[in-house]
Amino acid sequence: MTSAIEVRNLRCEFRVNGGWFAAEKRVIAVDDVTFRVPAGSVLGIVGESGCGKSTLARLILGLLKPTAGTVLVDGKRLFDLDRKARARLIQPVFQDPFASLNPRHRIKDIVALPLTAQGTFSRAEIERRVAQILERVGLSAAMGERMPAQLSGGQRQRAAIARALVLEPRIVICDEPTSALDVSVQAQILNLLADLRRDLGLTYLFISHNLAVVEHVASEVAVMYLGRIVERNETDALFRAPGHPYTQALLQSVLTPEPGRGVPDIGLGDAMPDPSNIPPGCRFNPRCRIAVERCRTVAPSPMARPPQGMVECHLA
Amino acid sequence: MSEPIAIQGPLQAPLTSRVGMTGFAIGIAIVGIIAVAALIGNQFVPHDPFTQDLGNRLKPPFWMEGTQAGHLLGTDQLGRDYLARLVYGARISLLIGIMTVITSGVIGITLGVLGGFFGGRVDDAVLFAITTRLSIPVVLVALAVVGLMGSGLGLVVATLGLLLWDRFAVVARATTMQIRNLDYVNAARCAGASTMHLLVKEIVPNIASHLAVVATLEMALAILLEAALSFLGLGVPPPLPSWGLMIAEGKDYMFFSAWVIMIPGVALFVLVLGINLVGDGLRNLLGSERLR
Repeated sequence: MTSAIEVRNLRCEFRVNGGWFAAEKRVIAVDDVTFRVPAGSVLGIVGESGCGKSTLARLILGLLKPTAGTVLVDGKRLFDLDRKARARLIQPVFQDPFASLNPRHRIKDIVALPLTAQGTFSRAEIERRVAQILERVGLSAAMGERMPAQLSGGQRQRAAIARALVLEPRIVICDEPTSALDVSVQAQILNLLADLRRDLGLTYLFISHNLAVVEHVASEVAVMYLGRIVERNETDALFRAPGHPYTQALLQSVLTPEPGRGVPDIGLGDAMPDPSNIPPGCRFNPRCRIAVERCRTVAPSPMARPPQGMVECHLA
Repeated sequence: MSEPIAIQGPLQAPLTSRVGMTGFAIGIAIVGIIAVAALIGNQFVPHDPFTQDLGNRLKPPFWMEGTQAGHLLGTDQLGRDYLARLVYGARISLLIGIMTVITSGVIGITLGVLGGFFGGRVDDAVLFAITTRLSIPVVLVALAVVGLMGSGLGLVVATLGLLLWDRFAVVARATTMQIRNLDYVNAARCAGASTMHLLVKEIVPNIASHLAVVATLEMALAILLEAALSFLGLGVPPPLPSWGLMIAEGKDYMFFSAWVIMIPGVALFVLVLGINLVGDGLRNLLGSERLR
């Protein structure tokens, strides 16, 4: 079976100017990431803020040029595709629906943009398809006439999903599609995304910092830490038996709805990871509870983990 | 396209609405009245702005003694009706203001948006153009050009238009940089939209409110500069009644007939004030809208 998305040794560095006198710093946002997403499945990517999740999404969408490595989408190199062919294959749903819809355009024009940009659809065909997809995501035709400011967050995210799907792409990159929404609306949007995937046979790359959400939607999960995937496995296996101490800590950090329990202490300490200053050895070692001497000097290489996963830890 | 919706936060509403909106209304009224006078005012003035009547020179306006019936604002040193000349001058001032803003706006917005959007080498080139332009003193260059090539309405517009684009470029560049990486621009990029679409449909409509404010400032500046050039005899050639030229022609008579320079002076002041009030009002009205 062909992979919908295949990423090989992807690396992305930013050079940050420190000012006139400070030395230029290199920020390694994505460091040698390799994975594949089979067609029709959902890869969830989790990790804390600043771990490179969104950079990874931007690289796969072609919004950023990688420093090294390749991205294959549906077996084709992303940078060999022109903008129209790329748009037909892969579409994004961004985090903040208040930022992802142009405030000066009507909803139906926003949703129609992928069709009009192709330049091959007739006006009647565009109207028909926009009406169809708006109905499919649960927006009335009257909503299409409105401006984004007149819609609620959930409605805006539905419009963003409609825009992503109107061209019938095979792959959708969801970059934290629910984290800007009210809790009550999150479930609706997640169910809508799940229904659409089942009905249209879509492949999702689903980025989130919310483990419960990822467990709900993903068939496979990758955990990112400081630009690297430190553990990857089928969702059930990963949640049942996490191998990497970072994954274990993340799973412990999930808040319980039970009152009085407070915020759990997950033992990661207060040190913030800094992608411009990645520690030697295992990049997680300064925060790791079980780190040994070898972790501070030798970077672990990926080891297979049943049933189909991998983990980068000396001690797993 | 339908009207943009102004989003007003609950905290901003009381502050801006009372003070800002009154000024805005006054500004619109002033500019509107002058525009109407410039367009159709000559229908209501019984005199021609160019007809001389040497027997009725320097007749004072209606509120002074010795006024001549029929000449509401008196006559100038050649006996021409001052109201007719004032109304005709409004046409010249507004024409120069609008044409200059269009010319400089096209140049400045194009440069600024390109520099802000593409960054890198393009931005370096745009910044160089802006700094070069800022190092050129406008009045000196305008004087030199007009001095070398003769005066004329078209030449004044062209000179000012080619010199006053810097603020458009600076504002367009800064605001474009702010929004070029917002998600709606990225989403349009992922939708397969052309660069032209991104610039014209996604970016420019969202910086338009800031540019409208710049446009009012530049228009007021262009009108003042035209008056200054005309005053120096290097703007609009006589006998066209530019307000600046009217002041220049009247300056020899100002000790005994002060109104010859006061009337066009006050007109100029009021027009520029009105345009600036409109600009302030626009900024208050649109400032509460976040850049998205």
